[in-house]
Amino acid sequence: MGSSQSTSEEVRELVGKTGFSSDQIEQLHRRFKQLSGNQLTIRNLRKAPTGLADEINFEDFLTIMSYFRPIETNMDEEQLEHCRKEKLRFLFHMYDSDSDGRITLEEYRNVVEELLSGNPHIEKESARSIADGAMMEAASVCVGQMQPDQVYEGITFDDFLKIWQGIDIETKMHVRFLNMETIALCH
Amino acid sequence: MPGPGFCGLSPLRVFPSVFVVAALLGLLPVLRSHGLQNTVTSKVSTMGLYIGPGDGDVTSAPPEVSHEVHPVTNHSGPFHGKPRKPFPVLGIDYTHVRTPFEISLWILLACLMKLGFHVIPTISNIVPESCLLIVVGLLVGGLIKGVGESPPVLESKIFFLFLLPPIILDAGYFLPLRPFTENLGTILIFAVVGTLWNAFFLGGLMYAVCMVGGPQINEIGLLDNLLFGSIISAVDPVAVLAVFEEIHINELLHILVFGESLLNDAVTVVLYHLFEEFAGIDHVTLVDIVLGFLSFFVVSLGGVFVGVVYGIIAAFTSRFTSHIRVIEPLFVFLYSYMAYLSAELFHLSGIMALIASGVMMRPYVEANISHKSHTTIKYFLKMWSSISETLIFIFLGVSTVAGSHHWNWTFVISTLLFCLIARVLGVLGLTWFINKFRIVKLTPKDQFIIAYGGLRGAIAFSLGYLLDVRHFPMRELFLTAIITVIFFTVFVQGMTIRPLVDLLAVKKKQESKRSINEEIHTQFLDHLLTGIEDICGHYGHHHWKDKLNRFNKKYVKKCLIAGERSNEPQLIAFYHKMEMKQAIELVESGGVGKIPPAVSTVSMQNIHPKAPSERILPALSKDKEEEIRKILRNNLQKTRQRLKSYNRHTLVADPFEEAWNQMLLRRQKVRQLEQKINNYLTVPAHKLDSPTMSRARIGSDPLAYEPKPDSENLPIITIDPASPQSPESVDLVNEELKGKDSVLEEEEEDERGLVMHPKEPSSPGTDDVFTPEPGDSPSTQRMLRCLSDPGPRPEPGEGEPFIPKGQ
Repeated sequence: MGSSQSTSEEVRELVGKTGFSSDQIEQLHRRFKQLSGNQLTIRNLRKAPTGLADEINFEDFLTIMSYFRPIETNMDEEQLEHCRKEKLRFLFHMYDSDSDGRITLEEYRNVVEELLSGNPHIEKESARSIADGAMMEAASVCVGQMQPDQVYEGITFDDFLKIWQGIDIETKMHVRFLNMETIALCH
Repeated sequence: MPGPGFCGLSPLRVFPSVFVVAALLGLLPVLRSHGLQNTVTSKVSTMGLYIGPGDGDVTSAPPEVSHEVHPVTNHSGPFHGKPRKPFPVLGIDYTHVRTPFEISLWILLACLMKLGFHVIPTISNIVPESCLLIVVGLLVGGLIKGVGESPPVLESKIFFLFLLPPIILDAGYFLPLRPFTENLGTILIFAVVGTLWNAFFLGGLMYAVCMVGGPQINEIGLLDNLLFGSIISAVDPVAVLAVFEEIHINELLHILVFGESLLNDAVTVVLYHLFEEFAGIDHVTLVDIVLGFLSFFVVSLGGVFVGVVYGIIAAFTSRFTSHIRVIEPLFVFLYSYMAYLSAELFHLSGIMALIASGVMMRPYVEANISHKSHTTIKYFLKMWSSISETLIFIFLGVSTVAGSHHWNWTFVISTLLFCLIARVLGVLGLTWFINKFRIVKLTPKDQFIIAYGGLRGAIAFSLGYLLDVRHFPMRELFLTAIITVIFFTVFVQGMTIRPLVDLLAVKKKQESKRSINEEIHTQFLDHLLTGIEDICGHYGHHHWKDKLNRFNKKYVKKCLIAGERSNEPQLIAFYHKMEMKQAIELVESGGVGKIPPAVSTVSMQNIHPKAPSERILPALSKDKEEEIRKILRNNLQKTRQRLKSYNRHTLVADPFEEAWNQMLLRRQKVRQLEQKINNYLTVPAHKLDSPTMSRARIGSDPLAYEPKPDSENLPIITIDPASPQSPESVDLVNEELKGKDSVLEEEEEDERGLVMHPKEPSSPGTDDVFTPEPGDSPSTQRMLRCLSDPGPRPEPGEGEPFIPKGQ
């Protein structure tokens, strides 16, 4: 994908793939150029363990952003369900760092530790006990009563859906793309 | 007592009605004492007939009344002229206690009414409580009028100073902040623009009607009509609360209508005072309009500012109340009330001040106060607001009967009509505008509910009542119209909204418990979305929220929250709350020994199966557990209460609270035991505490836990599970240790080999520690010490956690 993004063919292709309008794609492209310093890809500056990409190009950028599009009112039930599943799948992948389809206790612990990492005074134990408690709760929601010798491997995507059943992910996981004029420089 | 089958109801059902009747009759002595002694018996017998079917109970009351009165008359008679009266053994002095007596009677009546309605469930399913209360008010008013007395009217002063604040404070303190701030724009537009539109539309149309409406109403000028419009156009929070509480619609709609009813107070206050001032003036200049516009900002922002200031002061005060927990709730109430009064003092919006102070002080106060104070605040607020609401509706009914009315068909009917039309048009127009900016659009169903939920209530009535008759000769007409609109909205709309909600299949409130998972996910999403917004370069909602949180954490929390809690992140606070709740459930569900059946049997085993394979010690069999339990129960005494010099103002540690703290501790202990088992040699000598335990310490205060510094020479109980179990192998530990039954009966955990090291024996709240095996080094002992440190401590590797006294 060249920097001549304005070729309508490519734009149309992207519109089809991601569902953005061409204006939005234009704006996002401008933003992408800002972030990447006019390069073709954004480099990952973080020394990442496996599972994270080194660099992403514009198409990947758009794909990820498309998960955060607000839902439209004219969607029917099926589309809504599909949209919801997509968003939840994205979230699931963020938890599941080794992409084995299950959120294990270790991964969950990492998530909670990272959430609490902003506060330097919290020690690991608290994070652990919270993660353990949450995991137990998830297990009891998904499987119910368990015998002492049964083992709960981890949260699968279906379990994840079950947990999220009560919560409206569609209304929470969105960013307004309408007023992109307030583009600010990174600080 | 009426016999069975009276009026086809069982005795149980009739009982509350008899209560009610008795309460009504209790009003009689109040009225009697005004000196109508001669007419007692005649009036009373007509009363007896008035009440209902002749019933032995009813008519037996009056003669007692007259008996009461006679001693007075008899008393003074014979002693007329004598210089010395014999000492009065029994006398009556009603005037002495009159005011509090009457007030108490009214409140008692309100409470009994509430009681009655809930005992008879059939009616309360169809008719909302507010309607029933108004009807009762009508009845009582009719009663009083029938007796010849003038019933009390809902005085504006009493209403605004005493009846309204508890309701608003309850609403503001427990305002669900998240949906409120997310929808703030929408709410503000509805409140401000919507109310303005309603007021002017209604006022203008009513003026037109007045011009053509006939001789009675021709003199009502434009400004008067605008004033009337502004009074009646405000959606009333009391009525909205009363009705919406019962229908359980989804959070979004609830917060929209309710938020609107709260925030439109500023507009109402400004418009009311504006038009009241201008009513005498013929000519309104541009300057006046500009000033009016300006005063709107002053009133609303000023009110909020006053509230915020008082909220901050309250939060700051609560930081130091750790020694006198008893009066903590009082600070919350008093500061909020002062905020309200101060705002009213300057003609600012009292409601907004109250809401602002409640919202402002809540997070900090809740972090500072004890668990008991929190419960106290919650229940007092609910109690006061509930009674206030009941009284307001009853008085509305009474005032209807009491007031002098001036009925004019054209005026009243057109008011009603235009109110409805204005509301519908306003909502439709504003929603069309708002939906351009909202992500979650408001569907037509939502719009209907919002329009339909625009109930008017007692605030409108009180504002109308405040009008001065000299300036506003048409005051009675206004009042009649206001009351009609109130009755219509409360009765018709209130009664039909529930079936309509069911009919339209509006989304209801989801009765889901907040789980720790949900909390984690929500916070995760917050972070994620903030990051994405940063990437987009979009200064959105999350960006500002993040900034506010950072500011809060860095500066504000340090000032306003006592001690170490200022560093506690929200997730931990939430987790603590959950644990407390679970512990309470555990205790309530039948005490320490039983496993509640509802609790899932999922345990650490199920999710972390690595532990068993690395278990160093074999698990105890069930019999051995039983034996241990018995031994410990018999041989260990309960903690003695540590009573300091007792005075009324300190809370004594009650054993119940001790027990549940213990439980929390033990659960945490045993849970962490498993994690410790395989790495006890490698874990640094850190606190092993869970946040819950430390909070439990701090929370259940006023006993300061004096920490005893580490002492290696404390006696130790060792139970060696590998050897054949015998009761004698257990040594008696020193007397401070509590009964160990609870610890062994954790529903989730397996037992390990028990080695218990009692530490810090002088503190009653302490627990014993489990270490994975006997004979470990002092370093591990120290590490596994249980007396908790206060959560987030900056020094790692500190060997001696302790809690500073009084925190």
